[in-house]
Amino acid sequence: MTAQTAEIVEPGTPSARPARRAFNWSFLGVLPFFVFTALFMLFPIGFLVIGSFKDSNAGDAFTLKNYSDLTTTQVARAFGNSIEISLVTAIAGAILGLLLAYAVILGGLPKFLRTFVMTFSGVASNFAGIPLALAFIFTVGNLGLLTVWLKSIFHVDLVNDLGFKILSKLGIEIVYLYFQLPLMVLIIAPAIDGLRKEWREASENMGATPAQYWRYVALPILLPSILGCSVLLFGNSFGAQATAYQLTSGQVPIATLLIGAQISGDVLHNPGLGYAMAMGMVVIMGFAILMYSILQRRSERWLR
Amino acid sequence: MTAPPRVGDRGIQTAISSATATASTTRRGPSGSRIASWLIFILAMLYFFLPLVATLEFSLRAKPFGAAYTNTLKDPQFFASLGYSFVVGLITIITSTLIIVPTAYWVRLRLPRLRPIVEFVTLMPFVIPPVILAFGLIRSFSKGFLPLAGSQRGSDVLLVAAYTILSFPYMYRAVDTGLRTIDVRSLTEAGHSLGAGTLRILWSVIFPNLRVAILSGAFLTLAIVIGEFTLALYLARPAFGPYLQHLGQNASYEPAAVSLISFGLTWIAMAFIALLGRTSRGAGGRVEVGGAR
Repeated sequence: MTAQTAEIVEPGTPSARPARRAFNWSFLGVLPFFVFTALFMLFPIGFLVIGSFKDSNAGDAFTLKNYSDLTTTQVARAFGNSIEISLVTAIAGAILGLLLAYAVILGGLPKFLRTFVMTFSGVASNFAGIPLALAFIFTVGNLGLLTVWLKSIFHVDLVNDLGFKILSKLGIEIVYLYFQLPLMVLIIAPAIDGLRKEWREASENMGATPAQYWRYVALPILLPSILGCSVLLFGNSFGAQATAYQLTSGQVPIATLLIGAQISGDVLHNPGLGYAMAMGMVVIMGFAILMYSILQRRSERWLR
Repeated sequence: MTAPPRVGDRGIQTAISSATATASTTRRGPSGSRIASWLIFILAMLYFFLPLVATLEFSLRAKPFGAAYTNTLKDPQFFASLGYSFVVGLITIITSTLIIVPTAYWVRLRLPRLRPIVEFVTLMPFVIPPVILAFGLIRSFSKGFLPLAGSQRGSDVLLVAAYTILSFPYMYRAVDTGLRTIDVRSLTEAGHSLGAGTLRILWSVIFPNLRVAILSGAFLTLAIVIGEFTLALYLARPAFGPYLQHLGQNASYEPAAVSLISFGLTWIAMAFIALLGRTSRGAGGRVEVGGAR
């Protein structure tokens, strides 16, 4: 695409070219990128934005009703479930991921375990969707390995005695942790690496207990990172669809599944409401990513 | 005593810590926390490996032994869907590379003021969940000036386009980091003074220098594309994700075998990225996270 333009400017006499030409030419270098993203990202999303303000029952007249309809039971419940699941897995993932990252980085474990956990986290955070859901069904489903073991060894029935169902919010949360926890390990590791030994030694020399060191030194330094990473985990779980699709076959209504159903066949019986719902998700995701980048910038002040 | 111990100076450190009253607590501290560390590590490994072991065990329940695997390998659908996803992945990687490398090069060399905008746009896929992107693509391209969603070939184009968008954050990051490690300006000026055009410089100087960065972005893209489900499902493409989902509802042991194979493929892609990161700096050795959830 940029071929001809590059040829024109190049040969021989660059000094004779007027400055305006040179500017136009360099802009063309990034044109394919902007055309592509405009066509396949901004245009489709713009279509949803415009659609969310149209009243499909009144000849596509402008309306804000689609947004006020977001509070209808079906939509509100899906958003509520999504937010709840995302909050729980973000907080649990952040705490457990922090513990694991701290354990392998500063916990005095052999060095190779750190390498192993970091590499494994890279794989596990990408091991999601259908295969992940299936793996958990094989583990704690009705015929799952753990279910069978618990029954034969401890005579405890996971499903009937303990009432655990993988087709539940708790089930989804346990499965989501499989990619949330490793993601936390990956993104918090640089912050933990940034905790300097001198700080710990200095506080010890001044007589601080480990608890005091954590309360007054390490935690305040790590806090922006921890919060930022938690927000990222929230977004990561909020946008997840495939795992829940396989796991629940739609029995636990969450936002991404409802959007999916809306794509296949207008289950909300109002195209505009579907678009407004999509916008609601984008706004929540955008807020999460924005908070992440703000907090990340804050944390960089201390680390290195 | 009053001078704080310096890093790396173990002699002084141990001397001080054994001399001070805090010596005993520092020594007991680590060993106590080491037990806690081991405990955390072991529990985490149980959580991570139990589902994998269960999947393996489940896949081996099929009679005769290994039938889940032989059946999978005999299933033409398995190879067809995997092959489809692989080809889509390759086209995505080529498209993404051809768009991102010139863009990152131009931004670095001539348009540094555009950097925040380009970075912002490449990060937008993080804000737009795949299901929303699928929603927008299907609705906006079903009629109007480009009715791509109406035909098979058109849907293939939409799928590649969507995956290319999803790959931008990883590709741009990898390429931009790669560009930082080479002296783009000098290389470009050297190329110009030898009489090469900008395109020639991009092709014979910049691309080869970015090989490792591009490859690491490429493997990640491939891993994401092969595991992706949502976009392929709603665009009704015969990809690997929908195949596995369909299999999961209609077969008993084979899905376990295919899940493990899928995990193995992710593992291979990540191993390559880790390897690339080790052989050269600036290849984005940090493994990134994908979008197939």
